[in-house]
Amino acid sequence: MVDPEVTVNGKRTAIGAVPVHTTALDWLRGQGLTSCKEGCAEGECGACAILVARPGVESPTDLVAINACLAPVGSLDGQEVWTAEGLGSTEDLHPVQHEMAVRGGSQCGYCTPGFVCSMAAEYYRGDRDAAGDDHAPNGFDIHALSGNLCRCTGYRPIRDAAHALGAPPASDPLAQRRACSAPEPVATQLHGDGRDYLRPATWTEALQLRHDRPNATFVAGSTDWGVEVNIRGVRADCVVAIDRVPELQMLDIGAETIEIGAGLSLTEMDRRLDGRVPLLSQLIPQFASRLIRNAATLGGNLGTGSPIGDSAPVLLALGASVVLSSVDGDREVLLDEYFTGYRQSVRRDDELIRSVRIPLPLAGTTAFHKVAKRRFDDISSVAVAFALDIEDGLVRTAQIGLGGVAATPIRAQDTEAALVGQSWNEETVRAAAEILRGEGTPMDDHRASAAYRAATLGRSLLKLHADSLEGARA
Amino acid sequence: MSALSERPESPSIGIARPHEAAAAHVRGTALYTDDLVARTKDVLHAYPVQVNEAHAKVLAIRTESAEAVPGVVRVLTAADVPGVNDSGVHHDEPLFPSEVMFFGHAVAWVLGETLEAARLGAAAVEVDTEALPSLVTVGEAIAAGSFQGEPRVVARGDVDPAMAGSAHVFRGEFDFAGQEHFYLETQCALAHVDESDQIFVQSSTQHPSETQDIVAHVLGKHSHEVTVQSLRMGGGFGGKEWQPHGYAAVAALGATLTGRPVRLRLTRTQDMTMTGKRHGFHAEWSVGFDSDGKLQALDVVLTADGGWSLDLSEPVLARALCHVDNAYWIPHVRAMGRIAKTNKTSQTAFRGFGGPQGMLVIEDILGRCAPMLGIDPTELRRRNFYSEGQDTPYGMPVRHPERIHRIWQQLLDSGDAERRQAEIAAYNAKHPHSKRGLAITPVKFGISFNLTAFNQAGALVHVYKDGSVLINHGGTEMGQGLHTKMLQVAATALGVPPEKVRLAPTRTDKVPNTSATAASSGADLNGGAVKNACEQIRDRLLPVAAGKLGVPESDVRIVRGAARTPSGEELGWDELVHAAYFDRVHLSAAGYYRTEGLSWDSATMSGTPFKYFAYGAALAEVEVDDFTGAYRTRRVDIVHDVGDSLSPLIDIGQIEGGFVQGMGWLTLEDLRWDESDRPSRGRLATQAASTYKLPSLSEMPEVFNVTLLTDAAEEGAVYGSKAVGEPPLMLAFAVREALRQAVAAFGEPGHSVDLASPATPEAVFWAIDRAVTAAPVVEAQVPDLVGQA
Repeated sequence: MVDPEVTVNGKRTAIGAVPVHTTALDWLRGQGLTSCKEGCAEGECGACAILVARPGVESPTDLVAINACLAPVGSLDGQEVWTAEGLGSTEDLHPVQHEMAVRGGSQCGYCTPGFVCSMAAEYYRGDRDAAGDDHAPNGFDIHALSGNLCRCTGYRPIRDAAHALGAPPASDPLAQRRACSAPEPVATQLHGDGRDYLRPATWTEALQLRHDRPNATFVAGSTDWGVEVNIRGVRADCVVAIDRVPELQMLDIGAETIEIGAGLSLTEMDRRLDGRVPLLSQLIPQFASRLIRNAATLGGNLGTGSPIGDSAPVLLALGASVVLSSVDGDREVLLDEYFTGYRQSVRRDDELIRSVRIPLPLAGTTAFHKVAKRRFDDISSVAVAFALDIEDGLVRTAQIGLGGVAATPIRAQDTEAALVGQSWNEETVRAAAEILRGEGTPMDDHRASAAYRAATLGRSLLKLHADSLEGARA
Repeated sequence: MSALSERPESPSIGIARPHEAAAAHVRGTALYTDDLVARTKDVLHAYPVQVNEAHAKVLAIRTESAEAVPGVVRVLTAADVPGVNDSGVHHDEPLFPSEVMFFGHAVAWVLGETLEAARLGAAAVEVDTEALPSLVTVGEAIAAGSFQGEPRVVARGDVDPAMAGSAHVFRGEFDFAGQEHFYLETQCALAHVDESDQIFVQSSTQHPSETQDIVAHVLGKHSHEVTVQSLRMGGGFGGKEWQPHGYAAVAALGATLTGRPVRLRLTRTQDMTMTGKRHGFHAEWSVGFDSDGKLQALDVVLTADGGWSLDLSEPVLARALCHVDNAYWIPHVRAMGRIAKTNKTSQTAFRGFGGPQGMLVIEDILGRCAPMLGIDPTELRRRNFYSEGQDTPYGMPVRHPERIHRIWQQLLDSGDAERRQAEIAAYNAKHPHSKRGLAITPVKFGISFNLTAFNQAGALVHVYKDGSVLINHGGTEMGQGLHTKMLQVAATALGVPPEKVRLAPTRTDKVPNTSATAASSGADLNGGAVKNACEQIRDRLLPVAAGKLGVPESDVRIVRGAARTPSGEELGWDELVHAAYFDRVHLSAAGYYRTEGLSWDSATMSGTPFKYFAYGAALAEVEVDDFTGAYRTRRVDIVHDVGDSLSPLIDIGQIEGGFVQGMGWLTLEDLRWDESDRPSRGRLATQAASTYKLPSLSEMPEVFNVTLLTDAAEEGAVYGSKAVGEPPLMLAFAVREALRQAVAAFGEPGHSVDLASPATPEAVFWAIDRAVTAAPVVEAQVPDLVGQA
């Protein structure tokens, strides 16, 4: 095994002897690459955004932006990354840098390199249609910047810079880089201070590690773990990263189920599903930020078992199940029966989440309602996912998943019962909404009051109904 | 035209230029204080020992186990301070306190070889405490009579009879939240001691001279032994006017005790739990209107939530009291202000410095009273604008009040307000669950430090033999574009292209005794000083040029990089400078500026504290849904008065950025302190970016048009410009008032809508709930409204 190394701005660099909890952010800064900034150390501000090469969807390589503050430096082993320093020179600014500079996109400049990286990733996105549409003259999806905060500009010049970008010219080195294959995930072993960071090469090895190292922390994306490390000072004796394991990168659309590998990033999942599951398509733009979604996985989101993770309510509404694996084999558990308590589940200590299965056919009427203070990149006060089959004005089936109203994500079973078999009309909906208000045991906290959580829960069904009428009229 | 405001031929000012460091920003090569660490050897890292109690006596601090942590070099405590153990100027802010005054107060600091070692060391320090009773809310402080500093009153006329004689009298209360600065770069200092025991502190500070003062008094040294440099800041917004000093002092103390460089950089949560914020206020008011809706009397008590120490609360309060009139003539005023002392962070300067709080009170009053007066809020506001010849309640003539009328009408026209109001009515009639609202609000903001002495500045300009120009001035760069403007001012004053001019980082050994870069005054004050220095040099060059060109001095102008005569002869700048050197002409000058015509009596709260007023107005349209109370800002139009702009791209950036920051304060940013009796009492619950949400791209107005007022030259400021840093923040009132309009549209007409601040989706949801369930309006029950839901 070669010593861990990473290609930074085109230069192969040994990771060297660093504590295994070192973040990519701190490591890059230690290399003198100070464009990578710490603003929050929890993946909320994007000042640390960098570009990484990943296996592409339309071309061999995609350049995606991630939060360097959440990525353990070990996760960069064998990878290829770029910081703002690597995109252009003072004499020859990168097109993204040029537009940001001349339009007043930087004021204090501290968030700027992170914006540049997020914007560059979108600039190079293969399926961006530079011809544009009504929302973006150049096909630039402004959600690409939803994980970057700026406190100075008010964003208008940043948006204008994004919208001024053309297509990368053929001579552009990074555009050319996309045509070559991405670095393969490599097996990694980083040791220091008696601690380990490990990345197994195969699923079999991962399961063996799970069996052999019961105290190890397994991560698939590290976006939650990074917060534990940075904010709460948690240090694990052993961290095992499984998200890039090839077996977890699968996505299979069958006749009876759609199976999604637990290690697929949410961005990759969304692009490969290509709208096949409308409820997931609705979820994705509201799930954290692009920077997070480029790293976070379904396996990770379900594995942490947070009651406010946004994927669980959606998967509950879809009637999904989880495939759990151990050295002894696989078992499939309905997500409905998976969570047992606050951040607890039926998953045994020797098991890992392998994939998520969504049964087909999908319900016809679906919606994801997220109640939060901010429209982009906020944690839900309440999340509600609906999947209803309505035929000839009658509710045939109803599955409703809720987040933020109990110690675990839950199904709104009483509400479902009140809907099934009833006419899809104002009267049914009002009665069911009253029941929905009372589902779960919402709390008062800094995000929202219990009363607001309950009230918006009830009203979410009214909204679903109102929207379905509007849709029918349209 | 005054000499100060007059623009020469072919000026470099007034031209849109990107930020002078933009190319370095976008490449990430622009350095901030913490970026220097990677370039510095043997740096020690400082980490605070925070005590998690709202209020407690410190009985003992035991450091033995911390010192045993591998990599820990030293624990700093009060016993280590050779000078004054205080990080402020009021002597009420012990740097190493013996009493924990707020949840998270740092009582000691640990120095480690690595940040990790320092962190583990800090966790190992044992602090024994004895709990003391705490006051967390401003309401608790008022009830307990817990105040600090001097109460102040701005008064004019005879309020009681005027109120009694008013056709309509309303009373109310309003409790509104503060705001976290959330500069992207947290507080940071890097200190080292040189071979002559000179302390050099690099600090992310808006006020290097005061950082220098505090470092000196903590170390027991003189100011000439301490140099502070502010390279640039990753945002300041007032949060680095007072707050950096203590951290710089801790780093400097560590450096003097260990002989090694010490870096102190707060994590985001440390910054949010330890540093001061915008003051939340409580307001209690009575207001009288005549039968036409003209303001007759205002009686208001403002209580600023000052937190645990005085800090800048007194001047913040003074500015709040001086802005409670906003743009409105109120014949009889009694505005009393006081500062509550609570067990919270010590609240401090934040863009607007109390002005926004004072103005929010009157805008809230007008927004709440308009429906009860039966007058459209746009008309109610217009009817009460100042006009020529009227004075503010503190006795200062309101100059150029016609500008506010001009801005108002221009904005209503360019924003197509009448047509859109009709469209909104039609939309609202058709959409039971979604309503739109449109509102326009004015800004009048006084420019200058209230305290007259601070209105002075210095600059040091060098012209080198090769013709290149280096500028030092006392202002700091925090993103506001001050250096860009100074570069343009210098190029204009010298008559050279801006490419000839470079800015040096702000240092106390270049320009001494500077004021904070604050109060929007950076360009006015430092621009005056830079211009003065450049003109001294120019005046020394003119005779040289005259001699070379063989014309009288009065015939020479230095323009576009050359000395020129009326007949078209010219002498290039570099050649002129070269000749001047050999003529033994002094090519360096110290510039100085002070704002003339100011006076302020802080005891009687009267005088002429401001050089002029900056004006503006915003027209905002929002859409609110009643399922969650969530809303979008569909469109914002702004007309703003920056005088004749020094640098239009910079000024528009300040207006847009200030506006969105103001929107954040009023709608989204939610400081939640634990007010319970649990052990976590006093804890800031929203202490990270994950829980304290700033505006992101999703909050930016979907259509955002900013126009600079034309024909707006200001006699009293450099090259006819006006200050721009703070005033635009208050343009965001328009969004809050538009939300009020949209909420009202869910209910029956004629109801007053109370809106909490911040007007989060939840706050809007409950306001809709009240609007929908409110009883029908009965005329006789209207006169009073009391309380804020």
